[in-house]
Amino acid sequence: MRRILALLTLLLAAGAAQARLSIEITGGMEGALPIAVVPFQWQGPGPTPEAVGGIVAADLRRSGAFAPLAEDKLPARPHQGQEVKFQRWRGAGVENLVVGRLTRVAQGQYEVRFQLFDVLSGEQLTGYSIKAQAGNLRRVAHQISDIVYEELTGKRGAFDTHIAYVTVVQGKDGKRRYKLAVADADGYNEQIILTSKQPLLSPAWSPDGKQLAYVSFESGRTQVFVQSVATGKRRMVADFKGINGAPSWSPDGKRLALVSSRAGNPEIYVMELESGEMTRITRHYGIDTEPDWAPDGGSLLFTSDRGGRPQIYRVNVGRSGAQGRPERLTFEGTYNARGSFSPDGKRITMVHGDGGRFRIGVLNLGTGALRVLTDTRLDESPSFAPNGSMVIYATEVNGRGVLEVASVDGRAHQRLRLQGGDVREPAWSPFMSK
Amino acid sequence: MKRFGLWMLVMGSVLLYGCAGMTERPPEEVPVEERGPSAEEQAAMAAEEEAAEGAEAGAAEMGGEFAGSPLEDPDSELSERVVYFAFDSADIRSEGKELLAAHAEFLANNPDVSVVLEGHTDERGSREYNLALGERRAKSVQKYLVLQGAGRDQLEVVSFGEERPVATEHNESAWALNRRVELVYSGY
Repeated sequence: MRRILALLTLLLAAGAAQARLSIEITGGMEGALPIAVVPFQWQGPGPTPEAVGGIVAADLRRSGAFAPLAEDKLPARPHQGQEVKFQRWRGAGVENLVVGRLTRVAQGQYEVRFQLFDVLSGEQLTGYSIKAQAGNLRRVAHQISDIVYEELTGKRGAFDTHIAYVTVVQGKDGKRRYKLAVADADGYNEQIILTSKQPLLSPAWSPDGKQLAYVSFESGRTQVFVQSVATGKRRMVADFKGINGAPSWSPDGKRLALVSSRAGNPEIYVMELESGEMTRITRHYGIDTEPDWAPDGGSLLFTSDRGGRPQIYRVNVGRSGAQGRPERLTFEGTYNARGSFSPDGKRITMVHGDGGRFRIGVLNLGTGALRVLTDTRLDESPSFAPNGSMVIYATEVNGRGVLEVASVDGRAHQRLRLQGGDVREPAWSPFMSK
Repeated sequence: MKRFGLWMLVMGSVLLYGCAGMTERPPEEVPVEERGPSAEEQAAMAAEEEAAEGAEAGAAEMGGEFAGSPLEDPDSELSERVVYFAFDSADIRSEGKELLAAHAEFLANNPDVSVVLEGHTDERGSREYNLALGERRAKSVQKYLVLQGAGRDQLEVVSFGEERPVATEHNESAWALNRRVELVYSGY
């Protein structure tokens, strides 16, 4: 069985060779914590199978919370605590230091050891030894990033998570191919879970991270599907007259909020996934679309142009449907759409249109303060990391669709660029384990 | 390792899904073969020319009008099948109204003909809102055609939002071309 799977991998890898994401840093680092991550020592034959230290440094940099020292600025290359001369690291201006080793234990079996130090006191803050296989060394590196991040910020890291997105590539026959992809949060390990000749949009993760809901035009018009990420098995859940779109999972994973225009114009509904039963939430002749479930399950965000221009509204929902009137949340800018909640429910991120530009905004629901995270002009589809520290979104650079990640304070920006195609519609996964 | 195995399964399923149930738009360009006519074909062409002369004479008797369906007449107003819109608007402008009035009259006179109204938007803003906006534009055209005498059951509405641009640049002139409703007659 394993041999067959390996063969499939090869075949697919050949087909997907041009579809690799590369990463570039596009934003500044002021105010980030200075840290040093020394490249991990490789103890085994041949070249190192994975640059674990480099992956950790890239993760920490992407978060915006850390400014890792460039590799050529490292004053020394220690690999374990006894080798560290803290004086030199204080001189380099860093507050924390990560050192480690990657050891081959047997064929395809590794051990990763790392230590995190406070440079001022010379104390070890944490240290682990982690067993790994050839296929999951990158994942182990992301787990180390999560441990370091949590130790130093007090917040859970979100490096060991995934993103879903849609890629569009022009085939040799001149026709577009749309692919629904899943990758690690840093854009590596891309896996295609659906290919279509017709547009795909709006992927949404189930709360357990095991399923994706999305919209497909494969029949010539929109339908909503739910697909298991692990098995590829899928089923169509919405195929009503008119538009079927914008799926969002309830926090318990049992319901989907979605948009349907079966009653004449686009309205928000909640569907019980088991029975297919639909409860209508909005009633308005304007456009109501893009529902997003609050983390506590008690309300939905949605986009509506009932006030003349698209703005974001919130409506409380119970078992029997809407409770009370929708409340308008956005007032700055002429266009606010595709709102989605932060994991703590205290902020929302959205497409914020003002002065002819469409950028990514984060609105603090408590204070009403709006922060614009980006400086581009055609931004779309923002989605919070499951720890609320970063937002991933799509934008256009030199005529191509790319994904970017911004820290929620707007300080750090990083670009995940697909070679030879457009990338769009990113959605950040929930935490895969508790 | 368990997780890795799951990924392998995912990738395996791709092969199965890659060719499952995906429909395709009819090809827009048909390859044309160029070669010299054979003796048989030359004879056939000569015969056709004779026939064409006869047809020409017949058309002259009818006052020189185009003999086929008005939908196939390149000089007919009906050859224009696209209505354009302002940003975030579904209001039909005066030039659009003139064009739609001609189509409505044709549809009223030809109740067996049906047309799909495809609503499209430019790329700005969010995709799902644009999907809704495209539908609103198509419905706006549908409403106007019905007011002008077309039958409701002759008209079908579908929205593609911003997914099928005709101009792929990222500037105002491209956006203006993409904010549109296309009238797609079945069979033409």
